[in-house]
Amino acid sequence: MSAIREAFVDEPAFVPYLAVGDPNAEASIEYIEALCRGGADVIELGLPFSEPIAEGPTIQGAVVRSLEGGMTPAKFFETVSRLDVDVPLVCMTYYNLIHRFGDRDGPKPFVERAAEVGINGFVVPDLPAEEAGPLRDVCDEYGLDLIFIVAPTTRGERLERIMARVSGYAYVQARLGVTGARANVSTQTTASLDRLADWDIPKAVGFGIKTGEHAREVVAAGADGVIVGSALVDLIAEGGEAGDSVGEVADRLEAKARELKQGALEGRGTETSAGTGTEAEAEPRARPERK
Amino acid sequence: MSEGRGRETDRRPGSRSDPNPDSATEEDGRPGIYGEYGGQYVPEALMPAIEELTDAYERYVLDNDENFMDDFEARITDFGGRPTPLQHAAQLSDRYDFEVYLKREDLLHGGAHKLNNALGQCLLAKYMGKERIVAETGAGQHGTATAMAAAHLGLDCEIYMGTRDIRRQRPNVFRIRLNGAQVNPVEAGRGTLKEAISETMRDWATTVEDTHYVIGSVVGPHPFPAMVRDFQRVIAEEIRAQSIETFDALPSSVVACAGGGSNTMGAFAAFTEERGRTGETGKAEETGGRDDSEVGLFAIEAGGSSLSVDEDRGVAPNSASLSTGSEGVLHGARTKLLQDRDGQIMESHSISSGLDYAGVGPELAALVDSERVRALSVDDDRALEGFHRLSQEEGIIPALETAHAIAWLDETDPAEVGDRVVVNVSGRGDKDLESALEETAKRDLDIAPEMDVFDVSAMASGSEADTSQEGTNGHDADANASTGSESSDSDGGEGNTR
Repeated sequence: MSAIREAFVDEPAFVPYLAVGDPNAEASIEYIEALCRGGADVIELGLPFSEPIAEGPTIQGAVVRSLEGGMTPAKFFETVSRLDVDVPLVCMTYYNLIHRFGDRDGPKPFVERAAEVGINGFVVPDLPAEEAGPLRDVCDEYGLDLIFIVAPTTRGERLERIMARVSGYAYVQARLGVTGARANVSTQTTASLDRLADWDIPKAVGFGIKTGEHAREVVAAGADGVIVGSALVDLIAEGGEAGDSVGEVADRLEAKARELKQGALEGRGTETSAGTGTEAEAEPRARPERK
Repeated sequence: MSEGRGRETDRRPGSRSDPNPDSATEEDGRPGIYGEYGGQYVPEALMPAIEELTDAYERYVLDNDENFMDDFEARITDFGGRPTPLQHAAQLSDRYDFEVYLKREDLLHGGAHKLNNALGQCLLAKYMGKERIVAETGAGQHGTATAMAAAHLGLDCEIYMGTRDIRRQRPNVFRIRLNGAQVNPVEAGRGTLKEAISETMRDWATTVEDTHYVIGSVVGPHPFPAMVRDFQRVIAEEIRAQSIETFDALPSSVVACAGGGSNTMGAFAAFTEERGRTGETGKAEETGGRDDSEVGLFAIEAGGSSLSVDEDRGVAPNSASLSTGSEGVLHGARTKLLQDRDGQIMESHSISSGLDYAGVGPELAALVDSERVRALSVDDDRALEGFHRLSQEEGIIPALETAHAIAWLDETDPAEVGDRVVVNVSGRGDKDLESALEETAKRDLDIAPEMDVFDVSAMASGSEADTSQEGTNGHDADANASTGSESSDSDGGEGNTR
């Protein structure tokens, strides 16, 4: 079982996202470590791309701050290599950066470097299953997971196509639109989770989760984990505007992480994890099967 | 849905009985792949809508189901004013050692070729049962055309436009509003077309179930590049037929400006396919013995102020992605892009908003790779000269986009372009008067008229200047009346730019 998948086995997972380099690499390292202290089970590390078409204003802001701070793919990998955390890491970025990295065309140099610095998998918001063949193959070669987003509009054959390629977890998009914190959790979430119920892959819900109460509701609705980005990025942005120290912001992130993790745990109640999976130490990573 | 993916889809619109429908650049297998370009790189949330659109494109546009293409052709005739003339340009023909013909897309309703695509897609949206239209716009021409088409068809319409372009293209902003559409300013980045496209995609990702995204050029994920080309190909079909009618031969060359590439692909589409030397009716004399594949195709890009790039600042002072770009993925497709060594997209630049984009249509990029189309560029200064030249010599004020194609004629000779050259006048320049006056005032151009008469500083506040400006604008009264009244409102920021 991959490290990412294992993170969902015992209890509902808390999966925070932040854009590496927002506002600089050193701060990101402190923030990631704080999120781990607060209970993060997997971390999604955003590598900023200049045209983040799937992101709402909050994460667009993080992307701009990170790029203005000089973040590049090479610096991203260097930063990740310095992390001292024991949770699996997922790199979230757009396909052009993967495609263009290194001296060869195609995704191999990027995946190779990611594997070297300890990244366990990828989420690529502008890479639908149709275009994912080359990246999936290279991920298999290096034993890394490729996570796909399942949208509220994903049904039928499209869902099957994604399930034939996904490993790690399914990123269940809670509602249509772009990333960003919302006041409540969409009813689209329940429908999406229902469509995925037959597949033996962890389901992590993202887009709009902001509070421990949201996390509780989502897990109670059947999710195996919650992905939270904008609510955390907001804390970083607000701290930056107020001129607070990295330590102060890190403390707030840690507290927020505890709240979200606690909410997720409460959502599970006494139930045990539905997350099962076959032992697959040898790559390629096993695809989910129908239960 | 998915079974459509393997099907041959590059049929000609309306499934007319053309002998060889295959584009030379689309490969067998997956549609929407042009050489190493094309594809569908979009968020999963949009993929079901793109599959639905692909089905609708194949059904209505390619197979003419429910007589869709007949409906479209009737509307683009009655509402749009097609066909547009192919006009012999007497003064330019005297100036050069070849005959110049102008394909007058500037005379299409709205003042640019953009309506061909906007009306086609809005009509398709209506056939698909969508109630709302979103679109991006750079120069405002596509936004204007979409707002007009949406009003014509009774659809709700919202246009995303960069804040910088809103300042550069105010008359078109008013026209969009006058047609009842909403204008949503986009402040991200440099506030130009690239940001407007990203923001429109975000809207579509949120509203995809009842909304159609009318993309304005031959860019984006399949089926957009093929579909937009098919709605624009009427330009090339008319050039072809009108050439045979006018001078009993195909033109030796067709010249079009290229940003995203919709007027370019529209003007080239009939000539990128092998039809045989004898022409459609089998009479060799009809095409002057010239095969479609022998018609020279020249795509003129915006060279901006320089073709070099500043990697460290992420700025390309041009929009010449065909000439200087490299392969990458942006806004749904693999294509040629202005990008830095890491794959971050650069900020492009051009004097013309409509060419100011860091990417280009994937099929056009493939046609350049296969050397069927030659990509060249014209810088800001020369484009402005082209703007003045066509205005003075032929009495046609072109869009600054079109001015690039006009200006390039000065650089070439009959050895390159042959004896009869068709230039696609993709749009009229009324929208550009403010920019053109401002940019002309900055430069010492021999060809420019004396600008004193315009009294640039007085224009910001004086009503006299408004009157004189309106005089130069001719019949585009709606836009200029709005501009005039707005500038009387002592808009300080705007005054500085004039």
